[in-house]
Amino acid sequence: MEGLPILSLMMLVPLAGAVACLFAGAKAARWIALAATLVTFALGIGLWSNYEIGGPQWQFTEKAELFAGFSYALGIDGIALLLIMLSVFLMPVCILASWDSIAKRVGEYMAAFLFMEVLMIGTFAAQDLFLFYVFFEAGLIPMYLIIGVWGGDNRIYASYKFFLYTLLGSVLMLIAMFWMVAEAGTSDIPTLMQYGFPPEAQTWLWLAFFASFAVKVPMWPLHTWLPDAHVQAPTAGSVILAGVLLKLGGYGFIRFSLPMFPEASAQFAWLVFALSMVAVVYTSLVALVQADMKKLIAYSSVAHMAIVTVGLFAFNVQGLEGAMIIMLSHGLVSGALFLCVGVIYDRLHTREIARYGGLAINMPYYALFFLLFTMASIGLPGTSGFVGEFLALAGIYQTSSLVALVSTTGIILGAAYMLYLYRRVAFGDQKNADAAAMPDISAREWAMMAPIAAAVLWMGVYPESFLAPMRADIAVLDARLAAAAPASDAQLAPGTPRTEAANALSHHGAGHEGMGQADTNSDSAKEGAH
Amino acid sequence: MHPILIIVFAPLAAALIAGLGNRIIGNVAAKSVTTGALFLSAVMSWPIFLGFLGGTATAEVVPVLKWVQSGALSFDWALRVDTMTAIMLVVINSVSALVHLYSWGYMEEDPDQPRFFAYLSLFTFAMLMLVTADNLVQMFFGWEGVGLASYLLIGFWFRKPSAGAAAIKAFVVNRVGDLGFMLGIFGTYLVFQTTSIPAILEAAPAMSGSTITFLGMRLYAMDILCILLFIGAMGKSAQLGLHTWLPDAMEGPTPVSALIHAATMVTAGVFMVCRLSPMFETAPTALTIVTIVGAATCFFAATIGTTQWDIKRVIAYSTCSQLGYMFFAAGVGAYGAAMFHLFTHAFFKALLFLGAGSVIHAMHHEQDMRYYGGLRKHIPLTFYAMLAGTLAITGLGVYHLGVGFAGFWSKDAILEVAFARGTQVSLTAFWLGVGAALLTSFYSWRLLFLTFWGKPRWIESEHIQHAVHKTREQAGEDTTGGYHPHESPASMLIPLGVLTIGAVAAGQVFAPHFLDRAAFWAGSIFYNEPLIHAMHAVPYWVKYAAFIVMLLGFAGAYLAYIAKPDIPAKFVATFGALHQFVYRKWYFDELYDAIFVKPAFALGRWFWQLGDIGTIDRFGPNGVAAVIARSAAAAKQVQSGYVYTYALIMLLGLVAAVTYVLL
Repeated sequence: MEGLPILSLMMLVPLAGAVACLFAGAKAARWIALAATLVTFALGIGLWSNYEIGGPQWQFTEKAELFAGFSYALGIDGIALLLIMLSVFLMPVCILASWDSIAKRVGEYMAAFLFMEVLMIGTFAAQDLFLFYVFFEAGLIPMYLIIGVWGGDNRIYASYKFFLYTLLGSVLMLIAMFWMVAEAGTSDIPTLMQYGFPPEAQTWLWLAFFASFAVKVPMWPLHTWLPDAHVQAPTAGSVILAGVLLKLGGYGFIRFSLPMFPEASAQFAWLVFALSMVAVVYTSLVALVQADMKKLIAYSSVAHMAIVTVGLFAFNVQGLEGAMIIMLSHGLVSGALFLCVGVIYDRLHTREIARYGGLAINMPYYALFFLLFTMASIGLPGTSGFVGEFLALAGIYQTSSLVALVSTTGIILGAAYMLYLYRRVAFGDQKNADAAAMPDISAREWAMMAPIAAAVLWMGVYPESFLAPMRADIAVLDARLAAAAPASDAQLAPGTPRTEAANALSHHGAGHEGMGQADTNSDSAKEGAH
Repeated sequence: MHPILIIVFAPLAAALIAGLGNRIIGNVAAKSVTTGALFLSAVMSWPIFLGFLGGTATAEVVPVLKWVQSGALSFDWALRVDTMTAIMLVVINSVSALVHLYSWGYMEEDPDQPRFFAYLSLFTFAMLMLVTADNLVQMFFGWEGVGLASYLLIGFWFRKPSAGAAAIKAFVVNRVGDLGFMLGIFGTYLVFQTTSIPAILEAAPAMSGSTITFLGMRLYAMDILCILLFIGAMGKSAQLGLHTWLPDAMEGPTPVSALIHAATMVTAGVFMVCRLSPMFETAPTALTIVTIVGAATCFFAATIGTTQWDIKRVIAYSTCSQLGYMFFAAGVGAYGAAMFHLFTHAFFKALLFLGAGSVIHAMHHEQDMRYYGGLRKHIPLTFYAMLAGTLAITGLGVYHLGVGFAGFWSKDAILEVAFARGTQVSLTAFWLGVGAALLTSFYSWRLLFLTFWGKPRWIESEHIQHAVHKTREQAGEDTTGGYHPHESPASMLIPLGVLTIGAVAAGQVFAPHFLDRAAFWAGSIFYNEPLIHAMHAVPYWVKYAAFIVMLLGFAGAYLAYIAKPDIPAKFVATFGALHQFVYRKWYFDELYDAIFVKPAFALGRWFWQLGDIGTIDRFGPNGVAAVIARSAAAAKQVQSGYVYTYALIMLLGLVAAVTYVLL
């Protein structure tokens, strides 16, 4: 594989497929799209298996100088590798999900998806700042079209809101990028990741990038575009939106904000924590009262992504790796949950929760998949959701017990809204005759769900496969952040150990009673530690 | 292959076969595979237990698979086998195997049997992962796994709205405890840089003087960690405050109640505290809290048990109360006694539940004891089993003769040790425990008298009316309505028989090992030798206290439900408010509904309508267009052509400029 420009090839295949789809009939377009995404996925497996763990930080690099310092430079580290794998894994699933449900302009639809795949891979693989910007922003266009053309009744409003929010943030980021390139004299991302920007400048640069990434994540209070976009998007659009597009924000933080502006990141960590804590509680409660399935899952996404941002700004290895695993897990799980909604939407054409009920009776295998993804969403150990959440929260606990406490309430609220959803959809009696008559999942739907289910369990039981590729890269990032990392609020201070166990029977009969607060002895030990 | 691998993974394999195979493989195959796997696990568990009993086995850890490694935080899948595990292995697998067998009969007519048996086996697997955990995270895996199985089994009859609601309640209330457990694990990692249980226990004593800041409070590190972990234990073991899910969990089929909500899962919290006992012994404040919560639960739940009519709910509150005993035993440092009570309780409580299931089976799904009566002669084998269970839970036994039922050995040991511990808190626990023993005896005999003695009151029951196709009026004088309760099939009676042996003999046989032999525990718990000596040296009145209150409870129940059956009604008439307070379970459900559930929904709606739509969207995207339009209008206003507006603006500008210069 040495010398083979595999990243370019992975972009070329869907690009060629997209062009072909534009000129093909509906039926042919479906097969072309499926074939193109499967070939790209196969190339992705080749990419992963040839990725050398413990090798150079940037692998599969390609570079072609274009003009004025702007170059077509690709290359990946472990972080980018995993996000590319997530994208190419979800794409064939999206094509399958759109197989029957998209009837108009099939060729254009498939082309839009394939274009998007090109741009996603490009975003994660770009090593040039401006190349990244082009891919990052261009990725919005196919999504905008997918919502605006193939969306629901209120699609124009949703796509306008989506575009307005995401574009406004990007303008600021572009200005910051120009400044950075002028200052550092290069647009090479790996170089910029090592560059020491002056701390005063970092503040403004960080805020400019934050404007863009916070919208993408999305962070409270910039999240309101997401529920509307999800509700109006076709099923596969939601899968990609939740599965990959939301990850661009997290990727931005981990690729740009943290390594390029470590001091500013530490300086603004409180802002990220505050917004994330609000998001966990606020959006979880909002999710609890939704009557529309897609809206509920969209709000749950905001809450889950808040744990990602908390983990990223924990400034330690567990936080960073946890955030990455949540991103991968959330990509799979929320994607799968949107597929679950799509499966029954295709049958009954409503997303209203109250119209369903008792589906475990007539759709037992559907109920099983839905249960698995529900459990993964609420972070049941053994599923991918747990590993990420656990690591991210363990990471943040080392920085702040308060942020950890508030963020961890997400496990209670998450269980409440997801199980409440599951109960209304799958449990109870079959109130509605049409819902009761729905057939269980078809072979095509099995083909969509089963691979995701397998991946969710794999990541939950043996996450080492996913942690190993990024370990070295996270370590590099952690080392770069170490100088700026805030001190732990735990302030563990050693004291003189007790000489006997709490329930040891002394001659006085009584043990140590009422020793909740530290006594003077260990207070002085604490002073000594400072 | 190490036997523990088969013991743990056979139930998982069986669950997958039965669950995924479901209708394809059919009822009999699904039931045979799961039941077979469980009997295999049970048979393989006993030699391990006997090995530790005889002192021939040694603790070991069988590695399975790498799990997570992130920086310094690393934990793997591994199965730990030591005395603690061995005890739990026999309890879990024996009861589970018997419950599987029992369910052949009990679930005979259910259309969804493969699913039921798959869940039961899945539960067993998760519980085994919990007790074999060598690190806190795997324990949490098992912890959540049993929570999932419990959720699925409570909601097994998911068409019933009450079952769905109870299932969610169980999961979410447990999650409140899990919040504490998770924070406890994070803190443990922060302090010890590991989640390995043996490593933590070894390092804990040296940390007993260390302090840490938690939410701005400066606390002893060990105290706050143990308190956080104990919050997790409170959720799983249904202790006061987080107990509300357990009675509702009775929505599940009765074999589930016996296995999960009596014998095994709910004891996980006790297991956790005992497993971490060397750590808890470095945290006096945490142990004081454990003692208080345990003693309070033990008494509180027993009061409710005296008023309930649903046979399963009485036993559920009884379980809650017995778990309280185990906790305060642990709190005062008698971890061996706590584990011993866990062990004996598993047998007699599973027996009581399965016995109740047999009664319910005989009474056409009627669970209300008001509609029982006189069943002694109709289902005699069930009656004798229930009688043995009642004698075991009330703790019949005579100290000077050295004989007694299972509960006599374990419960009396707990009361004695609480007295021997001699602190103010432990003495309070002792008195609450004695009070609870009185109530236990009362509600247990009340249950027995209402069910098996007196005249049949069956025709009052709607279930019976359906069975005999008669209303109460049509039945006339015949209060049986012509209904004939039948004794349960052999598949249900055999488990009752085996558990009866356990309820009668488990205490007598194993008391010396559990209570008096440090060598038996082999360091797997904190063993407090002086405390055990003090326990044996308590005055005779302490040793007989439980016996005396047991007789009083029996006498009270006899008086109220056999001799003078009008007493309960008179009592209710006289102390209506008190009765209502206890009958309504101290209004916990109403309270939580008012302060948590309703506000959560209200806040959610409020955030959504006023926050997202009313504020963010209104002033955000929707506002942008409006703002642009309005600012254009405002700009137009300024260029009005009137001199005085221009003058005003000039003046304002001048003031601003001067201010800027001066500052």
